[in-house]
This record gives sequence, C-alpha cells and structure tokens, in this order.
Amino acid sequence: MELNLRIWRQDGPDTPGQLVDYHLDNADPGMSFLEMLDAVNEQLINNGERVIEFDHDCREGICGSCGMVINGRPHGPAQGSSTCQLHMRSFQNGDQITIEPFRASAFPIIRDLKVDRSAFDRIIDSGGYISTNIAAAPEANSILISKDEASHAFDAAACIGCGACVASCKNASAALFTSAKVTHLVNLPQGKVERSTRVVQMVNQMDTEGFGACSFTEACEAVCPQQISVNHIAQMNWEYNRAKLGI
Amino acid sequence: MTMLDAKIPNGPIEKKWSEYQATCSLVNAANRKRMTVIVIGSGLAGGGAAAALGELGYHVKLFCFHDSTRRAHSVAAQGGVNAAKNYQNDGDNVYRMFYDAIKGGDYRSREANVYRMAELSVRLIDTCVAQGVPFAREYGGSLGNRSFGGVQVERTFYAQGQTGQQLLMGTNSAIARQVKAGRIERFSRHEMLDLVVKNGRAIGVIVRDAITGEIERHAAHAVVLGTGGYAKIYYLSTMAMGCNATAAWKAHKRGAFLANPSFVQVHPTSLPALGKHQSKLTLMSESLRNDGRIWVPARAGDDRSPEKIPDSERDYYLERKYPAFGNLTPRDIAARAAKEQIDAGHGVGPMRNAVFLDFRDAIAQHGRETIQSRYGNLFGMYQKITGIDAYVTPMLIAPSPHFTMGGLWVDYELMTTIEGLYACGECNFADHGSNRLGANSLLQACVDGYFILPSTIGNFLSSRIKEPLSPTDGPEFDQAESKAREDIQKLLSIKGRQPVDYFHRTLGATLWDCCGISRSRESLNRGIEQIRELREQFWNDVNITGGAHEPNSELEKATRVMDFLELGELMCIDALHREESCGAHFREEYQTKEGESLRNDEGFGYVSAWQHRAEGEPILHKEPLSFEAVNVMTRNYK
Ligand SMILES: Cc1cc2nc3c(=O)[nH]c(=O)nc-3n(C[C@H](O)[C@H](O)[C@H](O)COP(=O)(O)OP(=O)(O)OC[C@H]3O[C@@H](n4cnc5c(N)ncnc54)[C@H](O)[C@@H]3O)c2cc1C
Ligand code: SF4
Ligand code: FES
Repeated sequence: MELNLRIWRQDGPDTPGQLVDYHLDNADPGMSFLEMLDAVNEQLINNGERVIEFDHDCREGICGSCGMVINGRPHGPAQGSSTCQLHMRSFQNGDQITIEPFRASAFPIIRDLKVDRSAFDRIIDSGGYISTNIAAAPEANSILISKDEASHAFDAAACIGCGACVASCKNASAALFTSAKVTHLVNLPQGKVERSTRVVQMVNQMDTEGFGACSFTEACEAVCPQQISVNHIAQMNWEYNRAKLGI
Repeated sequence: MTMLDAKIPNGPIEKKWSEYQATCSLVNAANRKRMTVIVIGSGLAGGGAAAALGELGYHVKLFCFHDSTRRAHSVAAQGGVNAAKNYQNDGDNVYRMFYDAIKGGDYRSREANVYRMAELSVRLIDTCVAQGVPFAREYGGSLGNRSFGGVQVERTFYAQGQTGQQLLMGTNSAIARQVKAGRIERFSRHEMLDLVVKNGRAIGVIVRDAITGEIERHAAHAVVLGTGGYAKIYYLSTMAMGCNATAAWKAHKRGAFLANPSFVQVHPTSLPALGKHQSKLTLMSESLRNDGRIWVPARAGDDRSPEKIPDSERDYYLERKYPAFGNLTPRDIAARAAKEQIDAGHGVGPMRNAVFLDFRDAIAQHGRETIQSRYGNLFGMYQKITGIDAYVTPMLIAPSPHFTMGGLWVDYELMTTIEGLYACGECNFADHGSNRLGANSLLQACVDGYFILPSTIGNFLSSRIKEPLSPTDGPEFDQAESKAREDIQKLLSIKGRQPVDYFHRTLGATLWDCCGISRSRESLNRGIEQIRELREQFWNDVNITGGAHEPNSELEKATRVMDFLELGELMCIDALHREESCGAHFREEYQTKEGESLRNDEGFGYVSAWQHRAEGEPILHKEPLSFEAVNVMTRNYK
C-alpha cells in the first residue's frame, strides 16, 4: 500500500520543530506501525539522512516504550492498543497519516517522536511503593486477598507507563497514571499501611512535575492501551481527601 | 585449558547455601555506605540486586539503556514463576523442583546452584506478595497455582498473562524506594560500552549517554551485570528490539569467560514471521498447547485452507511421534519437530514457515465459552497481530529463539572470572543447563538479584573496605574510553551502502540456519565462514547516518550488532566443539535411530567456558559437572 506521511521532526528540546512529508510506496498491511516507520527510516538512511527517532522496545504492547500521536490520537485508531500493536491493515491505501510526539510540558521533546517521560519515574519514587524490605516478608499466604481485590489491584497494576493518558488530556494531567499506582497498592491489605502518605506525596509530585489538574474529560481512558478505568482517578481523589481530612 | 573451580561449598546439597551464609564475610553497615557498586540492568536480576544492595546501604549506581528502569524485558514474561511452596499439597518440595530443573536441563547445569535456586524460590513469593504483586488467588484468598512446562506438580505462580510485568513492577517499586532514600543513583538511557579492568579486577565501566552522546566513566568497588539474554542475535526472536550482548561481550573481551554460548532455547509457539518487514516475533503462551492440537498437511505443499483438509490428510506429528506426551512434549522437542516439518515442505502460512495450532476439537469438546475463558486474551492478541480469528481458523505458530542458557561463566558466588565482576539473571549461564524449564528463569533472575548477590558480594567487598574507588583518570579508564570512542568514530566514518538492520537480519538468518534448532559440523563450519565474511562486510559497508554527540538510534544498533557479529562466531565454535546432543543443543550427527538426542556424558559432561584472545581462536576451559544428589538419566518423552 501507498502512504503519505506527515511526521514531526525536531532536533532537540530547544529547537523549533515541524511536520515533514514522506512517502512510502511499499507498505504492507501486515506490518506493524513501527515496522512501517522502520521502512521510512531505511529510505532515509539510503538517502544519507538521519533517521526519525522514536522510542520502542518490546513491540508487543507491554514495556510502555512506544507512543506517538497518530492522526491526532495517542497510539492511533485501535482501541486498547499501544502504537507497536497497531497494524497497517487499520489504514487504507493512499491514506495520509500525521505522526506527532506525545506533547506535554512535563514530557519535554528529546528529538522527533522521542520524549522524556522521567517525570513518571519521579512520581513513583515519591511514594509509589510499599515500604517492605526484601528479606523481611511474611509467609505469602498469611496475607489473604480475595479474588476480587486481587483482580481490582491487577487492573490498575497493568498500567505500562506509556504516557498516552497525559498526551490525550487537554490539561496534560497525569491523573490516570498516578491513580493506577495509588489504587493498585491501596486495594491490597499490605498497601494500606502507607495509604495516606503515599497518595499525598504522589499527588504533590505530580503537581511539581508540571502536569495539569484533572477535569474529568475521560479522554485518558479512551486512549489507554491497558484500558485503565477513570474510576481509579475517582478513588485516588477520595483517598487524597481522606488523607487530607485525616480520617 | 584449565579446569575451572566453581568454589562450591562443602557439605550436603541442602546445607550448602546456609553453610555459606553462616560463614561468609560481612561488611558492616558503616562501611557499606562508603562502598559503590555499579549495577548494569534494571530487570528482575539487576533491578533486584540494585534494590537489595541499596537496602543494605551500599551506594548503588544503576544503569539501563531504556528510558525507564520499568521497561527491562523481564516485563514481557507471560506465563509465571515457579516456587516450591507446595500450596497444592501435590507432593512438591525443594528437592523435586531441583530435580526437575536438573533433568530438564539435561544434566548440563551445576547441581549446587540449581538446588539453591529451588531453595530460595520459597522466600521469593513472600517477597513479591509483600511488594504488592497481585498474583492470582483462590476464592478463599490464598494464592493460586498452575502447572507449567511439562512438570507434574502445580508450582507456578502467575498474574494473568503478565507475570513478568507484575514482578518487575515489584522490583521497580523497590528501586524507587531506594532512589528516594538516596541509595540508588539511577542512570536511564545509559548504555554500557565497556568494562574497565585493572590487574584482573573490575574497577568501573564506560557508558554512553544516549541523549547527549557523552561517553562517561564510572568507578566502583564491584560491578554487577544483569543485562539479560542475547537471543536477539537471531534478529527474529521473542526478545525486545534493544536486547543485546554488549555488556557481557565486552566483559568477555576483558577476560570474563563465556559459558555454553551455543545453548539457546527455541520456543515452539511463537507467531511466525508474516513478511520480510517482520522485526520481532511475539510469543504465544505455551499453555495453548494444553488444548490446541498441532498439525501440518500430510502432503507437502498442500495449500488448501485448513478447514478444507480432512483429518485423514492431516499429520498430527507430535501425537504420532510422542504418544505419551503428545502436544505437550518439552519445548526443544516440540520446536525441533516443527522445524523438521517446515524444512520438509509441510510448512503453512504465507511464508510456509509455520504449523497449525488447532482448537477445533477443544471447542467441540468444551464449548467456545470455556476456551474463551481460558485463552480469550491470547486469541485477542493473535487477532490483533494477524487479523485472524483463531476460533474459526487454526493459529499459525512457529519456533522462535527465546532464551539463552549460555552466558557469562560464574562461580557459586555469581562472580565471573574477573574479580569483582558479577553476572546475574539471564546474562549468566548457571542454572538452566542445556534447556530451561518454563517459569524457572523469572525465578532465577529474581533470586540471583534479591537474595544471592547481596550475600556473595559482601564476602568479596569485606576484604576491600580500606580501598578507595579507583580514580577515573587512570590509564585503564583512558584506554577503555578511547576504545569506545574509536569504535564509534570508525562506525560513523564507513558510510557504506547497507543499513545496520541488513547486517543484523543476515546474521540472524545465518545463525538460524547454521546454529539454530539443529546443527551439524557442516552447518557450523559454514556458519563460521559466513559470519566472518559478514563481519568484514559490516566494517566496510555499513551506513550509519547522524552523529556521535546526539540521540542516534542507528548508532546504538550498530554498537550492538558489532558485538553480535563476534558473539555469533563463538556460538558456532562452541556448538561445533560439543560433539553430542543435549537439551536445546541438537547435533545432527549425534542422534539415536529414532531421531532422539544422544548425550555423551563421558566426553562432554562439562560446562564449556571460553576465554577470549585478541588474535586467534578462543581458548576452551572446562568446568566438570558431577552429580551427587541425582542419578543421571536419559530423557524419554516417548
Ligand atoms: C516473551 C518472553 C516471555 C517469557 N516468559 C517467561 C515466563 O513465563 N517465565 C519465566 O520464568 N521466564 C520467562 N521468560 C524469560 C525471562 O523473562 C527472562 O529470562 C528474565 O526476565 C531475564 O531477566 P534479566 O533481569 O536477566 O534481564 P532483562 O529483564 O532483560 O533486563 C536487562 C536489563 O539490562 C539492561 N541492559 C542490557 N544491556 C545493557 C547495556 N549494554 N547497557 C546498559 N543497560 C543494559 C536493560 O536496559 C535492562 O534493564 C520470558 C522471556 C520472554 C522474552
Ligand atoms: S494509565 Fe494507560 S495511558 Fe496512562 S500510562 Fe498507564 S497504560 Fe499508559
Ligand atoms: S514497544 Fe513496548 S509497548 Fe510498544
């Protein structure tokens, strides 16, 4: 298939960027989206030009490395899919596809489609863990957890840290990401001990990093490759208020 | 050639580790603070080691090439992690688990290490649960298990199909906690390019900052590699795009022996390459083999659609050849049998490189709903990737390189042959022999990092307490840094005609052909020739655009492929020297009349550990394997 691509090129965080047109005439519907970009890059190399930089690794939707805005939508048109899981059969011969980086002031552009998401790591550092020493754990079955609790925690813990939620949000809020960690841990008995300090620290860090406030448009859930529910945000807000009120 | 000493503690196997712990030297808390340990890799092994060392109070510098420690390829493991908890009361215990791994590894692993892995499995689950890993649960709230990878007990713990991700989020949270405590300094997007060695001891590393392109020097009292496996050398594999051998290979060139490099596990149920553009292969969980039946058309080249091929014209070759285990034969046997069918022209799919995995009978027997409840997510994933509905049409599956049993040689303490350099997780060779059992490698990576290294590294560092860090302006750092710079300059200056991927793909195809599921003297000699030529061509004809002092993913690929091109040759040399078939290593010359592996314990009952030489062939060293706690037997899955 033939494709007309408009791809964001930007040398570095402080240089201006622009959309540049590329043409690919031998795309295959079975290609993944990233394999399609590999093909564009191969053309660039053959012309002696530097390649389009983008992050990727596992190419099976679990590491959270990949992510770009495809025709205005983070991770592109497929529901519950990361960019690497999107295949060209989702497009038509002759389509024009616009590809841009995840944009948010807390995610500075490194180059082209590559952005710096280390703010997410710092949110986790601020308290997204259970303070247990590796060798100090009690016998595993001494903590009983109902199937429901475990699966509720799992649903939140499934977040891959890709940042699409931020990119989709008009406020560039990291609420879905942060809430996923908050609820993963608070829904488990072993995570309840630090519930108050954790949520306050994480929310504060989220603000410090320059993410916007959540105004509940639910755009994040719609683009999340793991289909993390916005209910987690509601629960995080509840936890935050609870902590602030000291109940 | 020398015989290697693994420094295995004396005493009965079940007491060795506790004996070791009771007698090894310790570093006191005040001194730990003054000592720096570099950890390369943030997967379960490296990340676990970093967190554990941080907890102990060491100053840890943690490096990974990913943009975040949370993305190490451990994240992709689906199936589960084994532990001898015996929660199911089905007769499991540490010895049985140990025995299964020794037998599964076809008697090419080191007893003492394997026993320790099984022993520590019990505590691992406790640690993970305390961290908040949401393992599957029973209705009463206790932990659930399933059976996995051809063993008779249910000892596998799992979190849906995302066990690796969940374990890694546990590790990552332990890392985060130490970062906050100021004990781990985190260096993401930093790739180790070389090891710095002084008088036979590891004193630091050379890394490249992937954003600025800056080459940096870092010194430490000890260096730990947890850099994962090298199956990406085949290009098409279940590994992530960035998986590489660079850290291990550079350590090898600095004096660390590389053990059993030709032992590579090929997974029987991955998705096949569907076109020339294919960049990686996605694993389909092996659990599918519980209900799916594997077949190919009996007539080579039969290209009717599968539904149109009547049963009488199908060859359910696993059921035919291995009636006792049928579709559940161990990975290596299933993978080899598939390759045989494909090579004989029975392959199916657009590139004729696959076999069918068919759920027709299971759906007829159990109903679509049951099958959906068991494998719904896998069927969904399959459809996402291929566009095919596997409830209606059989899946296409193919063997794919998946795991490397080979790796840096380490002794009982996980120290390589370079003093102060440790290797943990998939990048060492220790626990899986010539074939890894399913769900044992997450385990190995975790126990290496969380439990073993923190003890053994103390035993080494206790004698180094008074020593300051090596200054980073010493001649060894100078030399290693200029070597890294020269390599990069050279690579960028070639400006040839072929992109890096061309060389990687070609190398992968060569290895798959010559040193893959089955190998022969002829194929291996051919492989060595071809790899040498390809390496020569690479250094004359590779085309890398962009510069050294900026983000440059092509340059990153090139420094990795440059090392793969050397490692590939050593894999062939190792496979050529091992004139027997064992586990995943199948030499065509050494098989029974029925086509089964013919192991040669007398001639090859050892670990091959290769020493690099700047010029000429590598030198073979041997670690003889002796078995005291088990009787050595021949595998029989008929
Ligand atoms: C698809 C798949 C499914 C699997 N399923 C299972 C399963 O169900 N059960 C099981 O037990 N095992 C499974 N395995 C195997 C298991 O996941 C791995 O063996 C294990 O996770 C390896 O962990 P590790 O910490 O050694 O390496 P990794 O997790 O690969 O981590 C390597 C780390 O090293 C870093 N690194 C590498 N090179 C460099 C460098 N040069 N410089 C700086 N940093 C570097 C990377 O950034 C990364 O942080 C599976 C493997 C695959 C591929
Ligand atoms: S919540 Fe969803 S979109 Fe946001 S980082 Fe996690 S997986 Fe990505
Ligand atoms: S590359 Fe790992 S999620 Fe897309």
